[in-house]
Amino acid sequence: MNTRPRPKFKFRPARIATYAVLIAAAIFYLLPVYILLATSLKSYAEVNLATMWSLPGGIHLDSFLQAWNGDPSKGTLGLSNNFMNSIKLAIPATLLSAMLGSLNGYVLSKWKFRGANIVFPALLFGMFIPYQSVLIPLVQTMQGWGQMIKPWLETVIAWQAPVYLGWLKWLITTYTPAYGTIGGLVLIHVIYGIPITTLIFRNYYAEIPDELVEAGKIDGAGFTGIYRYILFPISMPAFVVVIIWQFQSVWNEFLFATVITNKAEVQPITVALNNLAGSFIVEWNVQMAGALMAALPTLLIFIVLGRYFMRGLLAGSLKG
Amino acid sequence: MRLRFNSDRLLAILFITPSIIAVLIFVYGFIGWTSLASLLKWDNIARIPGLKCCPLEGSLLPQVPQADPLLNNYIRLLTTDQRFQTDLRNTVVFTLCFIVACLAMGLILAILLDQKIKGEGIFRGIYLFPMAVSFIVTGVVWRWLLNPGNQSGAVGVNLLFEKLGLPFLKSAWYTNPDVWFISPSSTVGTFLGNIGLDFLTTAKFGIPLAILSVVLAATWQMSGYTMALYLAGLRGIPEELREAARVDGANELQIYRHIIMPLLQPITLSAVIILGHISLKIFDLVSAMTGPGPAFATDVPAYYMFDTVFRGNHFARGAAIAIILLLSVAVLVVPYLINSIRTEVHQ
Repeated sequence: MNTRPRPKFKFRPARIATYAVLIAAAIFYLLPVYILLATSLKSYAEVNLATMWSLPGGIHLDSFLQAWNGDPSKGTLGLSNNFMNSIKLAIPATLLSAMLGSLNGYVLSKWKFRGANIVFPALLFGMFIPYQSVLIPLVQTMQGWGQMIKPWLETVIAWQAPVYLGWLKWLITTYTPAYGTIGGLVLIHVIYGIPITTLIFRNYYAEIPDELVEAGKIDGAGFTGIYRYILFPISMPAFVVVIIWQFQSVWNEFLFATVITNKAEVQPITVALNNLAGSFIVEWNVQMAGALMAALPTLLIFIVLGRYFMRGLLAGSLKG
Repeated sequence: MRLRFNSDRLLAILFITPSIIAVLIFVYGFIGWTSLASLLKWDNIARIPGLKCCPLEGSLLPQVPQADPLLNNYIRLLTTDQRFQTDLRNTVVFTLCFIVACLAMGLILAILLDQKIKGEGIFRGIYLFPMAVSFIVTGVVWRWLLNPGNQSGAVGVNLLFEKLGLPFLKSAWYTNPDVWFISPSSTVGTFLGNIGLDFLTTAKFGIPLAILSVVLAATWQMSGYTMALYLAGLRGIPEELREAARVDGANELQIYRHIIMPLLQPITLSAVIILGHISLKIFDLVSAMTGPGPAFATDVPAYYMFDTVFRGNHFARGAAIAIILLLSVAVLVVPYLINSIRTEVHQ
């Protein structure tokens, strides 16, 4: 792809102008990054709106630490807890989504049933809807369900778990899907992630020749056997694309998180950052450090695995 | 053997059933529920004291919503609700500016990057990385970059302009309450008045300047995506086509104008649809960056819906806004969806 000859410019000025435009554009994209890094790395003494563009004198983590730990004197909570919430949310939601998408894609590409041609587009539509159009019933349902299981959850919370079963108590209280729990958000992300994950896997499996599946059938493999021994082992590229995609959309999501998690202890970082930014008592440098913190995980993934990120964008180019 | 395959077929259906049911309930069922709610008179739930964000807590339909005159919520939104009408204007302005900016930026960068550029991968990465970041992060950062500052001095981009000796570029950005519209006394305005289109010469059909700051931030985030789409498209055009045109005596400009641009049209179409549905739904960015803005200059329907439901308890009105949003997105997306599935079947 890169070896084919491309038009050569005869004029040097045109060449220089090309680079000038590309570099100017790069500066535009990097400007916010510069200000984020420069601000986050300044010491308190250096932080001043009038000198916000100057380079930091050294590497200080003052703002970063204050955003992370909070400021007890002002009663502001740190983002550390919310950062962990986002991790607790994004990892299970991503893995469950990927598993579900893989199975759905497998069924829709290799076990086409009557009506599959209606089911697939009907699923796809779900990824374009503005989530405002499901928000009211969603909150009501999650609250209603939360009320129903409340006695049970309270029993678990009151339960004096022995030390070796502490993890079980934690698991139940964190991941029971309900209004105001991380588990509730996991459930929502898995459900509304079905369309995109199914799409990516279905398109991936559609490229795999049916003969492979037929051969498996002749060898006596059934539905689960074919998946387990033939398709799953060669699904890694699709899994990587879906996992990156889902992780970044769950990590970056705001609307569901803000209506489902009402307490600071369970809010993911996007909600906490938005609250931080809306607060007048939090300085701008702390807000910047918080923004950097919220951006870092997905940025790192983009830097390390950008190739797959691109593929996800283009493969699922149905979705933005 | 036959029986075996049938049981596998059953298993396959069994595996996909939970997903189908989940989507049926959480997408289609909930949309139906919202549609019903949008027909009711339902804003009479007492606010629960001490709750900042979510008044719904513990109040699952505490009072029976009453029936409303047919489509009353919609009629009110579309005829008398000033805020909603401002929102509609803002959405149209935002969508048009955002799409045009992303397409132009994306196309120019893709064409330039296609010229055997040294360090192409690095440029590509720089243009694309904002995609990986949350709209909330974008909003928070651009809120400070485009902060107009105060009497004690300029900040952000304004400060940068000052330092670069370009103080005339300074702007009030998202705090600018001005709306550009055709003045009724201007030549065009008088002409429009004469042909009975004088309603076009009001602020209702103007461009709120504040929202252009939000467009700037959104373009920063999404234009790399259009660049990637166009670049993939450019790389897909066989070199023979360009060679053939060159042999026929076409210069580079003509090749782009008559050969490459027409071939990129399908990409433009899908980019318009993707960007369009993002911009119609935009909520996070507005929420983190500006909120409703001066005189609702940066308010959008998605934000109004959230505000009116979760801060104002006007459930039915919020539901009606949500359904209007859904319909506008559906008009854009459904033909595209049907088309892409039809072409896939034909292949």
